[in-house]
Amino acid sequence: MSAIIPSREPSTPRIIKAEGEQPIFAPGDRVRITKRFPVGHYRVPSYLRGRTGSVEKVIEPAGIDNEEEGFGRNAGTKRHYYRVAIPLSELWPGYAGSYRDALHVEIFETWLERN
Amino acid sequence: MSTHTHDDHHRPVDADAPVGYYEVMETAVRELLIGKQLIGPEEIRRQIEVLDSRTPALGAQVVVKAWLDPKFRARLLTDGRAACEELGISFYDDTRLIVLENTDKVHNLIVCTLCSCYPRPVLGLPPDWYKLKPFRARAVIEPRAVLAEFGTHIPDDIEIRVSDSTAMVRYLVLPLRPEGTEAYTEAQLAALVTRDTMIGVVQATIPRTQRTSL
Repeated sequence: MSAIIPSREPSTPRIIKAEGEQPIFAPGDRVRITKRFPVGHYRVPSYLRGRTGSVEKVIEPAGIDNEEEGFGRNAGTKRHYYRVAIPLSELWPGYAGSYRDALHVEIFETWLERN
Repeated sequence: MSTHTHDDHHRPVDADAPVGYYEVMETAVRELLIGKQLIGPEEIRRQIEVLDSRTPALGAQVVVKAWLDPKFRARLLTDGRAACEELGISFYDDTRLIVLENTDKVHNLIVCTLCSCYPRPVLGLPPDWYKLKPFRARAVIEPRAVLAEFGTHIPDDIEIRVSDSTAMVRYLVLPLRPEGTEAYTEAQLAALVTRDTMIGVVQATIPRTQRTSL
């Protein structure tokens, strides 16, 4: 029995990345930091629950979900952290300072949703 | 010799206060780990030596190299950890490092609102005020007021970036090189790069006594 061998360019193997290997968000994306219940010991500070911001950059390399690990569960697949920027004037009503002043914080992918 | 006595800072450490909850917890966990032969006293002592070997002098070395070597500066801003590793600085805690560059338009400040995340591999242990709640809370709410209390007045047309270090990433501020230091040696430059300049609560400046003309 002869198999049909598809013709392909030599020396250009196509790599298919696994789930989670490639970042879901890109710089410039508007994102919302989700809320999680119960309120507990997370690596996302509570003052950022439900806040919106923009992705400044994808932090490489991907890392494990340290909250899963922190609660004694094997975090398995790695995902990305993102550096997210939020203007301080949006965080704090009446903020006295430049409108350009901003908070920058690293947030794990599972905490973010598209806004 | 001045008239001060050594009464205060030569007093022995008296551990007379009642032992606290976390102290008991730490002792219990440590004794269990040793009892179960998972780690030994030698490993605990060695880790303390690792921590003690990290001081702001390492961070100053990194900053001065970035000031003098544009190619190193570019690598440092691209991947802080890899550039520090070039200088032999290991990341024993497996954290990433993002180096934040101060410019004439941007001033950076680092904080950890959750606890005391700090670029320990390059700066050593954080100062006590960095771990206390007033700094941690106020740095993200009113950074300009906090900076003013450190004597740092940032004009409104300069953007303040507060980086809250919460998980895998640590931050190091690359301060602006002060003007008038073109002829400085590496050692002279390093003396200007204090711990606080790399946290971002102050800017690198030439001490008043060294200024030649004003």
